Amino acid sequence: MSAQEALALGRTVATENTLAPKPPRARFGLGRWLLPTYSVLALVFLLIPIVYTIAFSFNQSVKSNISWRGFTFNNWLNVCDQPGVCTAFGNSMLIGVVATVVATVLGTMIAIALVRYRFRLRGAISLLIFLPMATPEVVMGAGLAAQFLSAGVPKGIGTIIAAHTLFCLSFVVVTVKARIASLDPALEEAGRDLYGSPAQVFWRITFPLLLPGILAAALLSFSLSFDDFIITYFNSGSVQTFPTYIYTAATRGIPAQANVIASAVFLLAIAIVVTTQIASESRRKRLARATEAV
Amino acid sequence: MAIAALAGPTVTQEAPRKKSRIALVLLLPGIFYLVLFFIVPFISLVITSLQVPSETNFGQFDTAFNWQTYVDVVGQYSTQILRSFFFALLATVFALLFSYPLAYFIGVKARRWPLLQGLMLVLVIAPFFISFLLRTLAWKQILSDEGFVVSALKALSVLGPQDHITGTPVAVVFGLTYNFIPFMCLPLYTTLERLDVRYLEASNDLYAGPFATFRKVTIPLSLPGIVSGTLLTFIPAAGDYVNASSEFLGGSSSTMMGNVIQSNFLVQLNYPAAAALSIILMAIILVIVSAYVRRSGTDDLL
Repeated sequence: MSAQEALALGRTVATENTLAPKPPRARFGLGRWLLPTYSVLALVFLLIPIVYTIAFSFNQSVKSNISWRGFTFNNWLNVCDQPGVCTAFGNSMLIGVVATVVATVLGTMIAIALVRYRFRLRGAISLLIFLPMATPEVVMGAGLAAQFLSAGVPKGIGTIIAAHTLFCLSFVVVTVKARIASLDPALEEAGRDLYGSPAQVFWRITFPLLLPGILAAALLSFSLSFDDFIITYFNSGSVQTFPTYIYTAATRGIPAQANVIASAVFLLAIAIVVTTQIASESRRKRLARATEAV
Repeated sequence: MAIAALAGPTVTQEAPRKKSRIALVLLLPGIFYLVLFFIVPFISLVITSLQVPSETNFGQFDTAFNWQTYVDVVGQYSTQILRSFFFALLATVFALLFSYPLAYFIGVKARRWPLLQGLMLVLVIAPFFISFLLRTLAWKQILSDEGFVVSALKALSVLGPQDHITGTPVAVVFGLTYNFIPFMCLPLYTTLERLDVRYLEASNDLYAGPFATFRKVTIPLSLPGIVSGTLLTFIPAAGDYVNASSEFLGGSSSTMMGNVIQSNFLVQLNYPAAAALSIILMAIILVIVSAYVRRSGTDDLL
């Protein structure tokens, strides 16, 4: 009898034993529905402001976009009519892409070194990577602003990119590190056994296996950068990103075009997430079938 | 976790030490970046906090060793400092109470249906993908005096005719809770997803009721998720100034530390006060975090 069979047997015996003296099964009737119902309601609650934002991107707004005046596609068709919205969006895209690329490259290198090599000051380096994540954004923003001020660096796109790369870096390290730790070392050993040089083993085995983790880290970095307001506001000077545009527009009323951009980004991000999830699910199924066949 | 701890050193020990030059090459650029843009700014924050106003150039500050700023800001802003941590604590507790059942359902009950699990997970992180500020503004509109929530609560006499929701501490704590729920939910889900249900069955077999099982088995096993979720909620909530700012959900009676730092730094250009407050915020958070992590006994957050 294998261990699994023993466990399964044990479980059936156990359930038979315990169910008999326990009459109040009806009590679970309510319990059975309580949790699913709560979960659905909780998710609906989480979606309320998202639905609200998307709905108001179709509002026939005049100056401010507060009360509902009727349905229109005009905001979607003339996104750039509102001065500033598209410039801010373009800045955010540029900053997001540059910060993501730099943070992903630097972070992946650190993650590989941390998992694969032993060196002194390892603990100190881990702490140095953890600390930015434990620092409130307002402290990080003020610190960078104080540094740029005392160094005489003018605030602008460059300072925003430097700041965004910083807070993305730690998240990349953590995400990629988790992926490396879950790699099966046997695959690399097989590569070495087949006389692969270290470089070949890295680029043809390790890197492709790490790629999903690296892409996930890049996606996370971009969304962190794109939506960051607090650190950006301290270091942006006169440059407007999409969040700082919304913050400054909040006093006089947000144009519906801002809702259009936010909604479009949201739908695109959800599409990417759902596609990757379906893809990885079908890959997992294919792999499972392949291993069964073997 | 014990297995990971055992496996960790043995795998790395195989890595030959002579390759440490490669490690250096891999580490150096990133570490240099962190030192330049994290350590150095922190030092300049400390230096700034000790500066005194220049006597010759108005609006400039001279390097000094002026501890008085710290005493002044603590005296002047003690209400906001206490309020920040109180609001952050409330938001963390509410987010935990809200998220735990949801994460439990997705991670444990929905295991049989991977597609449903995936879909629910996407919905939990969905708020991440729409602008944080617009989300908060949407709540401001929904909870505004003209909105149906306020009219409904007034009809039910929960709110008096002159009462508001926006601009009150209730709205700020509500906004903080809402905005950080995904940060709470995801780590909870990650640990609950790995929860071995056979432990729950074993507990049931040993005549523990559902409540005892939950308290003695489920909660201890999901403790790492609870710890990282509460930290991921508490830290940003304590430093947040968007929810509490008067253009969003807050008002004059709900100003937090972040608002004070922001206005001192960017509006009043009183850099030493803003820097001193930042250092105080950071120090309190580090003390709370390290005490909390030590008490809950999960050291490997990374």
